[in-house]
Amino acid sequence: MSGVDRGRLPVPGPDPAFTFPVADKQCLHNGLALATVERAGLPMVSLALVLPAGSALDPDALPGLASLTADMLDEGSGDRSAIQMQEALARIGAELDTETGADSVVLSLSLLDRFVPQGLQLLADIVVRPRLGGPDFERVRTLRANRVRQLRDVPGVNAEAVFARALYGSHPYGHLSFGSSAALAAMGEGDVSAFHGRQYHPSRATLIAVGALDSAAFARQAEDAFGSWQPGSSAPMAPAESAGAADVGLAGAIRAPRLLLVDRPGAAQSELRVGHVGAARSTPDFHALVLLNAVLGGHFSSRLNLNLRERKGYTYGVRSLFDFRKAAGPFAVQTSVQTDATADAVAEILAELRDIGGSRPAVEDERSLSVSTLTKGYPRNFETAGQVAGGLAQLAIYDLPDDTFDLFAPRIRALTTDDVTRAAGRYLHPDRAVVVAVGDCARIRCALENAGLGEAAVVAAGL
Amino acid sequence: MPIPGLDIPFRKHVLDNGLQVVIHEDRSCPIVAVNVWYHVGSKNEVPGRTGFAHLFEHLMFEGSAHHDSGYFEPLQQAGGTLNGSTNPDRTNYWEVVPANALELALWMESDRMGYLLPALTEQKFNNQRDVVLNERRQNYENRPYGMAGLAMVEALFPEGHPYHWATIGSPDDLRAATADDVRAFFRRYYHPANASLAIAGDVDADRALELAAAYFGAIPAGEAPAAVPPAPAAARPSRRVIEDRVELPRLYLGWLSPPMYAGGDAELDLLADVLASGKASRLYRSLVYERRMATDVSAYQGSRELGSVFQIAATAVPGVGLGVLESAIHEEVARVRAAEVSADELARTLALTETAFVSRLQTVGGFGGKSDQLNNYNVFLGDPGYFSRDIARYRNADRAGVRAAAEAHLDAACCVTLSAVPAGRLDLAAPDSDLAVLT
Repeated sequence: MSGVDRGRLPVPGPDPAFTFPVADKQCLHNGLALATVERAGLPMVSLALVLPAGSALDPDALPGLASLTADMLDEGSGDRSAIQMQEALARIGAELDTETGADSVVLSLSLLDRFVPQGLQLLADIVVRPRLGGPDFERVRTLRANRVRQLRDVPGVNAEAVFARALYGSHPYGHLSFGSSAALAAMGEGDVSAFHGRQYHPSRATLIAVGALDSAAFARQAEDAFGSWQPGSSAPMAPAESAGAADVGLAGAIRAPRLLLVDRPGAAQSELRVGHVGAARSTPDFHALVLLNAVLGGHFSSRLNLNLRERKGYTYGVRSLFDFRKAAGPFAVQTSVQTDATADAVAEILAELRDIGGSRPAVEDERSLSVSTLTKGYPRNFETAGQVAGGLAQLAIYDLPDDTFDLFAPRIRALTTDDVTRAAGRYLHPDRAVVVAVGDCARIRCALENAGLGEAAVVAAGL
Repeated sequence: MPIPGLDIPFRKHVLDNGLQVVIHEDRSCPIVAVNVWYHVGSKNEVPGRTGFAHLFEHLMFEGSAHHDSGYFEPLQQAGGTLNGSTNPDRTNYWEVVPANALELALWMESDRMGYLLPALTEQKFNNQRDVVLNERRQNYENRPYGMAGLAMVEALFPEGHPYHWATIGSPDDLRAATADDVRAFFRRYYHPANASLAIAGDVDADRALELAAAYFGAIPAGEAPAAVPPAPAAARPSRRVIEDRVELPRLYLGWLSPPMYAGGDAELDLLADVLASGKASRLYRSLVYERRMATDVSAYQGSRELGSVFQIAATAVPGVGLGVLESAIHEEVARVRAAEVSADELARTLALTETAFVSRLQTVGGFGGKSDQLNNYNVFLGDPGYFSRDIARYRNADRAGVRAAAEAHLDAACCVTLSAVPAGRLDLAAPDSDLAVLT
């Protein structure tokens, strides 16, 4: 072949077909759900244990308890100390990853296939039989308190904390998962073991395994490891969706003040969050919102990034997102901009939020680009065993049907520009969006107030 | 119990214009990765133009002669994802596209390799310089401890050494750069003889080679730039302190160490894990778990082409000065220099390393995917098939070798010490430190 035509871009062929692997589903006698996918290839298995024990279940007075509990799980079990637990994991080449979100805790282990039985035993020790107390409690609590102190130095964390509180107040989504120093100081061992007893139930958990495995053999190994797990005595606390009734009120509320500043004297940039309560994962408008967000700020060639980065040069990057959760999660524009462009950047962001639902609705080229971005490369989201396990975890956390990922691309492709405009009109509220800026107040405050946001409240992040 | 046959099978071909092409088939997911390395990084910069290699990388995404608009859009339209990065030794660019869009990715990569300059404008240049200045503000100036890395390389490598400055560069140098600099840099470094193209994924190898030749074969050959000489970097122990907007002070200890893939490199990589990876590691156990003087500790062998850096860092708990951490860390380092680590410690570290190597075979594209690894081995060692020998470096390391590497390279007398302390709290720094002035 010779003579490349530089006059036009090659046109890709038809899209490859995609189907999400069908998981083998079983249930142990104690109610623990299993979801496994056999994948040939590398001698690896990704394990994930999913529990609906996230930070939305934190007691009002103890924000951070769910996360502290999850953090304590691998700090020793039975007669095995925290150090010995770590050594045992390392001997099988495994590192535990613990992620506490608003709606869930996910414990993940990636292993060579020959170590799966040992990995399951260790995971069971961690989840079912953690020590949770003794001298380890004080050590871990102090470590976390120091970590929170360090987070106070991070502009993005300050912005997230103030933004969550402004949007949700005392709603379970009103704090970050790690809580605060003050709450940590108030927590005792008893709080952790009580939370573990209430929230770590086999009948509410899902064990996921993807990779070089045999589903039947895996189920036997899982029964060996987890079969003795019995639920604690007290009933689980209500999960976050019970707060869902308040969603409409939250989304519709006008916050006052809506301009919140965290002072960071001398900062070279202002860390920004602009947004309001968005939507739940269960919303029937899920796909329309994903597409709306893509056009607005979901990828490099989105409106916000082309404007603030590629035209204005105010920032290294900007993005928007709907954080879909059990109850309505936040919608946010996130960026960090040079200090002297702060007010201009906020004005541009608010204008973009306004325009896409009104004077400058999404056009066909934008719809087409974002649809392609979201759908044509979709198979690469499930290239690795860990990614497939992550997909199965999403299904478990949000009670989604098995065909969720298969239907994603066709549903996105079916949307029109009118659907995008409708979603913008219904779900974007620029006139009542909260604006959080973490930056040099002396240099940004006046300009922001003059941009029509009203008087600023200078606040502490309360970390 | 090593796993036999772990490698990345490949075919390599050199086009007439000097472009090296490496192909790897993996049909398990209907995607294909295109990955291009240029053997140029911040070590090729000249004083007064630091940060330029990275600024140049940004301009590679702003259009080329035959597609003079955003580089992202057509690839996103095809469902692709893409990025690039610059470090001291190399600059890489990659796309991961649906298997049906391989030609598009090759068209785009070849157009900017061959025909970037006609599309360059002052406006694009100025815009991307602003973006890079904001990248610097975000990731260095406005990030806790963000300036420490810059201070460390300044202290470790003498003035005139190509690693004396960080890849992000200085704001003054970035502002001094001109569009003419871009043209000169492109002509010198961005051509087939200084590049390596890897294609990995759902593609037939013959077809991929044919397409690579079709899209890149007509690009004029350039002259391979002379290798940057391995400038002497004698140990210059120094003690410096910087003030930062942080609550807790952090100590950094750095030593010059063997270049990537040289003897001792893998041993020091393993030693870093023995010292600071996980709760059972020596430093975590001593400083964090038992003595409770630090909130965190890390160690790594930062492997580079001309010479590496072995670095340990630890953050003090409230009320503890960095001098205390310094003594405690040197005690632990002295122990691994004097006596071998235990068989169990080495076995655990090797087990984690084995898992990490297998994990690296999971993705065809992106940073660290198989295409990136093929180019890494090809550019630095001339052998894309080095993966299995790379694992062997670790499997063959023994306790005596780890001790010998520690003894040879981690002498406390050759250590560079940096304290990053809260503003106004110079008293927390390691003793006898000089205030470092950073741009």
